Amino acid sequence: MKKSLLNRIAMVACLSLFSGAFAASPTLEKIKSSGAVTMGVRESSIPMSYTTGDSRFDGYHVEICRMILGDIKDKLGINTLRINYQPVTSQNRVPLVQNGTVDIECGTTTNNTARGKDVAFAYTLYVEEVRIAVKANSNIKTIEDLNGKRVASTTGTTSVQLIRKNQKAKDIKFEEVYGKDHADSFLLLETGRADAFVMDGSILAGNIANAKNPKDYKIVGEPLSVEPIAIMVRKEDPEFKAAVDDAITKIVKNGNMPKLWNKWFLSPIPPKNIIVGLELSPATKNAWAHLNDKPAEDYIAK
Amino acid sequence: MALDFGIFCKNTLDGGVVDHCFSSIFGLASNSDPSYLDWLVTAWGWTLLVSGLGLVIAIVLGILMGALRTLPDTKVTYRWLLWLSTCCVELFRNIPIIVQVFLWYYVIPAFIPPLKSVPSFWLVSIALGFFTSARIAEQVRAGIGSISSGQRAAATALGLTTLQTYRYVILPIALRIVIPPLTSESMNLIKNSSVAFAVSVPELTLFAMQAQEETSHGIEVYLAVTALYALSAFFVNWVMTVIEKRSRIPGVVSMSPDAKLAH
Repeated sequence: MKKSLLNRIAMVACLSLFSGAFAASPTLEKIKSSGAVTMGVRESSIPMSYTTGDSRFDGYHVEICRMILGDIKDKLGINTLRINYQPVTSQNRVPLVQNGTVDIECGTTTNNTARGKDVAFAYTLYVEEVRIAVKANSNIKTIEDLNGKRVASTTGTTSVQLIRKNQKAKDIKFEEVYGKDHADSFLLLETGRADAFVMDGSILAGNIANAKNPKDYKIVGEPLSVEPIAIMVRKEDPEFKAAVDDAITKIVKNGNMPKLWNKWFLSPIPPKNIIVGLELSPATKNAWAHLNDKPAEDYIAK
Repeated sequence: MALDFGIFCKNTLDGGVVDHCFSSIFGLASNSDPSYLDWLVTAWGWTLLVSGLGLVIAIVLGILMGALRTLPDTKVTYRWLLWLSTCCVELFRNIPIIVQVFLWYYVIPAFIPPLKSVPSFWLVSIALGFFTSARIAEQVRAGIGSISSGQRAAATALGLTTLQTYRYVILPIALRIVIPPLTSESMNLIKNSSVAFAVSVPELTLFAMQAQEETSHGIEVYLAVTALYALSAFFVNWVMTVIEKRSRIPGVVSMSPDAKLAH
């Protein structure tokens, strides 16, 4: 009796192991069998991915992800698909996708080769440009004008390394000050502890839109760097990535992108009805026209 | 899990390999781009500077406030000083350290404009010093309270003034008693100095958060930073033990085991 029970357990274990190994796509299988999917979202990356209160999440990338998941739901032929939202941070987003807590991350993750070793990225739908924000009455116009000034950036972002590189390349010297988060870095600019704030264009635009008096600030200069921001999925599941990419291709072909841009970047957005006011950049337009999942390193050559 | 500490020998601009791990701060190599190791050492220096300045402020202010809190309420001036020192201690003890740091950095300079030009590491040291001084003051007060009242009475009987009583009788014994709690307070201060990252002092915690993002080797970076924090705290511990041993008066303070044997 005991033996047969053990045998049965062993058999079930073997079967489940095999079915796992031979399943076409573990993520798609999981979605089909459980009728649920976990989407990784950011708390405050306005307007890409943020909370509108009451554990509800919205944004440019979140809405696109919902469209993608809708397409996958139809493809799998299931009636309902429950989307669980899991807030992630810059520090934990990659591990959470790797260990399977999050199935699809829709935040503001830069697609670069270092991360490409751990995770996969879907087609890029948003190309970020690192810009300089200054006070409206400031006479800083280009990166060269930063010489001898105090420049703020946020700890734990790639922008910090970028301004260091620019210091060396342009042979200019400025004092770096670091905020612990974007709101803090903006406070440095607002209180005059920094003369400029170097960060992703959408974050600068979002912070300026949220400021007490948005007219007091402006974004200046050429983009310091161009980075593709993409939806992140597991690396070991190429079939799921293909399904996501297919859905993106469909969304772009249907001509949804200009509407989505208009909705999230140029119109009032919930919860405070602010307007981010970031015009569609040629780089993002180009990404829509030539869908690709190239990492940031490939953009530098351009 | 393979650890790769080689990242510390890469430069901080593009992750390229440098000629010598200490490539810029000691001028060992011609390649002058700083490596992550250079940055780590500089960051450690900032941590030690901020905690060192904070410790000096904390000890001076803490002993003063602690002594004032034990004054006899026989004179009007004494009562005022008692009230003032109690207010100080309660104020700095009851506000979280990070809030105090932000107060010194953003709020107080808005009212006192000259403070805007004070470097941020000074403001953090002041905030850390005031916060820790409130805790040290309480320990000094407890130390003074543990001395038998006969000491104070004897000093008065000898005709010593209050200041002389504190200077020659009470404080020399009380300070020896409070060395052990003072040691842990000093070690706490080094650990608390990590809040300095929030106001842009490029110390160890800021290094850890930034370097782990740039190198994608968070485990190695945090291990190195952990080791340096522990090393700094152990060093303080050792210095305090030496001070405790050197300043011991046999038979007066029976805190340590071998002092007890002397009885």
